Amino acid sequence: MSTIQSSPGEAAPGASASGPESYLDLQRSPEFGELRRGFRRFVFPMTALFLAWYFLYVLLAAFASSFMSHKVGGNINVGLLFGLGQFLSTFVITAVYVRWADRRLDPAASALRARFEGTQLEGTQAGGEAR
Amino acid sequence: MNLAADTVGRPAVNISIFALFVVVTLAIVIRFSRANRTATDFYAGGRAFSGRQNGIAISGDYLSAASFLGIAGAIALQGYDGFLYSIGFLVAWLVALLLVAELLRNTGRYTMADVLSFRLRQGPVRTAAAISTLTVSLFYLLAQMTGAGGLVNLLLGVKGTAWQDLTIAIVGVLMIVYVLVGGMKGTTWVQIIKAVLLVLGAALMTFWVLGKAGFNLSSVLGDAAAASPKKDAVLNPGVKYGLTTTTKIDFISLAMALVLGTAGLPHVLMRFYTVPSAIQARRSVAWAIGIIGVFYLFTLVLGYGAMYLVGADKINAAPGKVNSAAPLLAFELGGTLLLGIIAAVAFATILAVVAGLTITASASFAHDVYNSVVKKGAAAPEQEVRVARITAVVIGLVAIVGGILAKDQNVAFLVALAFAVAASANLPTILYSLFWKRFNTRGALWSIYGGLISAIVLIVFSPVVSGKAANASMIKDSSVDFHWFPLDNPGIVSIPLAFFLGWLGTVTSRERVDEAKYAEMEVRSLTGAGAERATVPPPRSEEDALPEPV
Repeated sequence: MSTIQSSPGEAAPGASASGPESYLDLQRSPEFGELRRGFRRFVFPMTALFLAWYFLYVLLAAFASSFMSHKVGGNINVGLLFGLGQFLSTFVITAVYVRWADRRLDPAASALRARFEGTQLEGTQAGGEAR
Repeated sequence: MNLAADTVGRPAVNISIFALFVVVTLAIVIRFSRANRTATDFYAGGRAFSGRQNGIAISGDYLSAASFLGIAGAIALQGYDGFLYSIGFLVAWLVALLLVAELLRNTGRYTMADVLSFRLRQGPVRTAAAISTLTVSLFYLLAQMTGAGGLVNLLLGVKGTAWQDLTIAIVGVLMIVYVLVGGMKGTTWVQIIKAVLLVLGAALMTFWVLGKAGFNLSSVLGDAAAASPKKDAVLNPGVKYGLTTTTKIDFISLAMALVLGTAGLPHVLMRFYTVPSAIQARRSVAWAIGIIGVFYLFTLVLGYGAMYLVGADKINAAPGKVNSAAPLLAFELGGTLLLGIIAAVAFATILAVVAGLTITASASFAHDVYNSVVKKGAAAPEQEVRVARITAVVIGLVAIVGGILAKDQNVAFLVALAFAVAASANLPTILYSLFWKRFNTRGALWSIYGGLISAIVLIVFSPVVSGKAANASMIKDSSVDFHWFPLDNPGIVSIPLAFFLGWLGTVTSRERVDEAKYAEMEVRSLTGAGAERATVPPPRSEEDALPEPV
């Protein structure tokens, strides 16, 4: 099966393994491994967490109606608090992720990008869309 | 076309305010028309929007008529169960934020298929992704168009099909003009203006309702329950979905499609290409989550407010039924002028959403099918953009005709179906190709086609299409009943099936992993090395302040 082709019209500069540091070299470098591990270690558990919290809410709304209908003060009931809790958790997770990504992800990612693009420039002239 | 007896407000006011919106947006679109020379300009607005601008535009793209009119109306009639929709629509953005937005921005160029086909076989994968994109976009488009037709009854004070048809045609023509003249840049500005108007309008009404109740949410809820024929039940989950075990499972199925669908909606994904970097894509989602979240909190107050300030009887008797709750509430609060403003905002909402859908569908056809599959990537950018423009006109015409034909149908399910198809056909393949090295062409094809076909087949044989009593199905004749799938929402079956097929196709295929291509994709997605750049200098406020999470 030799039908796998590099994308026509999409060929990015410096994609070949020849010349300066290739994507493959960079991918196999320990620094990149650390970046990938750090990213996955953050986003996978966070995704599991918010999905579990969301489906807990959905299941309670569907099957525990009397619990959700319990009034906690005035006309505010447990269901409303749970619902508003979903809003709150979404805002908090967004803020936490953005803060983490700005501080941890971006410096590591831009250092690797600079290193890669630096070696590309030494070899062939690279660029984005040459327009 | 006789005047409706139960018209609220003055049609002339509604029409003038709407006309003003159209004139202003057209002027803006024409201003940007000169900056539409390259494919990157036309599809991605030159990738020059800031994260904040794009975040507002995403909100404008996402908060469709279904969000504003539909959710407020659902809460007004069914109480808490309407609120459940907005939670699914909001939490879904975390999938986009954490797993998709930044990686997609770095990897792709114009369309969703750019990412899916990056390291797989171009032809078949792009074709499948384009079919899925066109399907989702057309379902979504049709729902918006028929929504526009239904709205006109209430807002312009006319009954009769001729006016409805005319409105659908006007919406369609305006949408084509926005896209042809303004490209992605013009469309984005239309969405930004609409989002600002929509959020301001909803905020005004929300504070009005709360102010009347002494800023006491508990008293809003109490008055709403007292006024509702269902009394306290409207404050609890279950009015709509708690009837039987089947409806409960149906609700879980819907919840799955909502939370997993957003990050697979092609018109949402395409918006991430309009910013210069992954960092700005992250900012976009953060802004969108803030705006969309606050907006849905407003709809909670608006829905319960309409429940007692307007009343279920009046809403059900109005021409637009459930969709008329928000406009009727506006009339109740601020009379003719506020109704006119809210009506115009509702039309603006539909216009901005359909323009975004049209540009997505035309980009997918021109870039994925025409250039990459038919021309094997050899089409000149100008040629590709010309095809995209022609496609936009064709899609606009299809939407006009489809909207007119379907205007009396119960089409609210089309949006839910679009989410179900997006969650089944698109999201599994996006996640697999970004995160699973071994994933290959057969896995992608099985997952996309399996998800797409199973979602549509299950809908066709569900009670949505046939078999419900009292005109609730699409086929109104209740003697025609060929449904065998018990649920309205296919997600609970089609989403796991698509994930499973993606895995099964991959492990049964002998296609070898293209190590170099995978390395390129992974490095590019995480670091941005080799990612597409902006064609124009980014705006001065490159480092946008973070939106304050509320």
